[in-house]
Amino acid sequence: MSQQTAIDSVALARRIRIHALRMTNRGGGAHIGAIFSCADILAVLYGGILRVDPEAPRHPDRDRFVLSKGHAGGGLYAVLAERGFFPVDKLLTHYQNGSELSGHVSHALRGVEVSTGALGHGLSIAAGVAFAGKLKQAGHRAFCLLSDGECDEGSTWEAVLFAAQHRLSNLVALVDYNRNQGIAPISEVLELEPFADKWTSFGWAVREVDGHDHAALRSVLQAVPFIEGKPSCLIARTTKGKGVSFMENSVLWHYRIPRGEEFDAALAELEG
Amino acid sequence: MRDTFVGVLTELAPRHPELLLLSGDLGFAVLNNFIAQYPRQFLNVGVAEQNMSGLAAGLALEGHCVFTYSIGSFPTLRCLEQIRNDICYHRVNVKIICIGGGMSYGPVGFSHHATEDLAILRSLPGMEVFSPGDLWEAGEVSRYLVSHHGPAYLRLDKSAAKPTVRPGEIFRPGFIRTVREGSDVTLAATGGILDEALLAADQLAGRGVRCRVLSVHTVKPLDTNTLAIIAAETQGIVSIEEHGVDGGLGGAIAESLMEAGISPGFFVRIGLRNTFSSVVGSQAYLRTVYSLDAASIVRTVSVKLGIAEEAISR
Repeated sequence: MSQQTAIDSVALARRIRIHALRMTNRGGGAHIGAIFSCADILAVLYGGILRVDPEAPRHPDRDRFVLSKGHAGGGLYAVLAERGFFPVDKLLTHYQNGSELSGHVSHALRGVEVSTGALGHGLSIAAGVAFAGKLKQAGHRAFCLLSDGECDEGSTWEAVLFAAQHRLSNLVALVDYNRNQGIAPISEVLELEPFADKWTSFGWAVREVDGHDHAALRSVLQAVPFIEGKPSCLIARTTKGKGVSFMENSVLWHYRIPRGEEFDAALAELEG
Repeated sequence: MRDTFVGVLTELAPRHPELLLLSGDLGFAVLNNFIAQYPRQFLNVGVAEQNMSGLAAGLALEGHCVFTYSIGSFPTLRCLEQIRNDICYHRVNVKIICIGGGMSYGPVGFSHHATEDLAILRSLPGMEVFSPGDLWEAGEVSRYLVSHHGPAYLRLDKSAAKPTVRPGEIFRPGFIRTVREGSDVTLAATGGILDEALLAADQLAGRGVRCRVLSVHTVKPLDTNTLAIIAAETQGIVSIEEHGVDGGLGGAIAESLMEAGISPGFFVRIGLRNTFSSVVGSQAYLRTVYSLDAASIVRTVSVKLGIAEEAISR
């Protein structure tokens, strides 16, 4: 399976944000700040890094992507729709009665590997997928996108230990490091710094990157595994709510629904 | 039962290369033979049951048949959300093995007892729940788990009833086994405590009470049809489990009969009543302390049948 090329990831990221804004507005739910935070990461991943084929979403050689921060499901739905896994129209059913598009990501959707939502689950699942790949000496890789908040979960660190022990060089953890969790900044809850050092000391090969710089993201993601024989961790420094000025770095916009003037203003910024 | 299970897995592993055994850093000596023969099918994941369960889901998504193995409530309650979300919701092929069912690890203490597992695991959609009563059942359930796709829970007891298998008998998962015929009272047991039920049936036979003894090795899906027939054929049903009475075998039987509109003449649940096992002692001793032993079953049945206490005392 060849890597996808010739996709404008910046334009893709903008469309992810616009879809997510509309979905959140229409559905009256979702986590807009968390989606905007990782929209660029999703766009770069699905814009050429992940070996995936919308025509064959279960292809055995595909890269597996696990969205561990399941509350950003709207972002994953948007990028999958944009990449042709299912019709873009379907996005409008997000949060609606009878829809397959639950707020937290659901594997009922074509192209979604795993349903998540409870934090601290994804990295273990991705480690299992990666370990299975090693056992059968397959070439596919497992990518797992985590929030920084879910690094509060002990289970995340259980998986971190396991992946290093078993030298899962086909496993990549991406942390959306926006430094804001559910209801407060990380510094006021459970500080993660020195964050990169933590992963490094646990046996991972770590890189840090601006999580909104597409060229930088692409460059570093093309270089996995960062060190042969080690799992790779990419700490993507991001801004929660990125792309809409009044949502940026605001804990308020973890849960808030954009309505009325706020919706119009946000849309204008994203389209502008 | 544990050795029976490991024996079956060791026998079947070469024919099932997709089979993986994950241990939460338990099974010293017990698993040695398996590990020595099939090192690529064994993984000690460490004292990390949440990761073990999520990992199992990931491996199963890739086509493996994964067994997770630990003691008491460690492979179940410690990682219940991983079982619910990662294993059951995705309906992947993961089998959860609890060794030390009930109070098997008697004097080790309550932390190593599994006395709520049946209730909690059977509440999970898609989960099958097994609790064999003797070694034959333990072996047959183990075989079934290797060949059957989907989430399942197997509770293995240190104790086991004496062999109950009849010549030529074929094991049928999901179907209650009648291990002793009788028309007066039904004793429905799950797990190694089946032994106490059979002992009680012997003692009651001496008093002229003919007990039908059932081994309910499959707690979910429950064999409601057989229960409905039996409820009509005997005067009453006594459920027997080394487990809390809330939501376990007794609860499951009550639910299914009530919903079927069937009322047995009497119904008693023998099990732990809103208590942890806090007394120190062997499994057999603890059964006497918590009124789960044969003598307690005899007493319960006698009271229900109105047999004078002196008539059954020696």
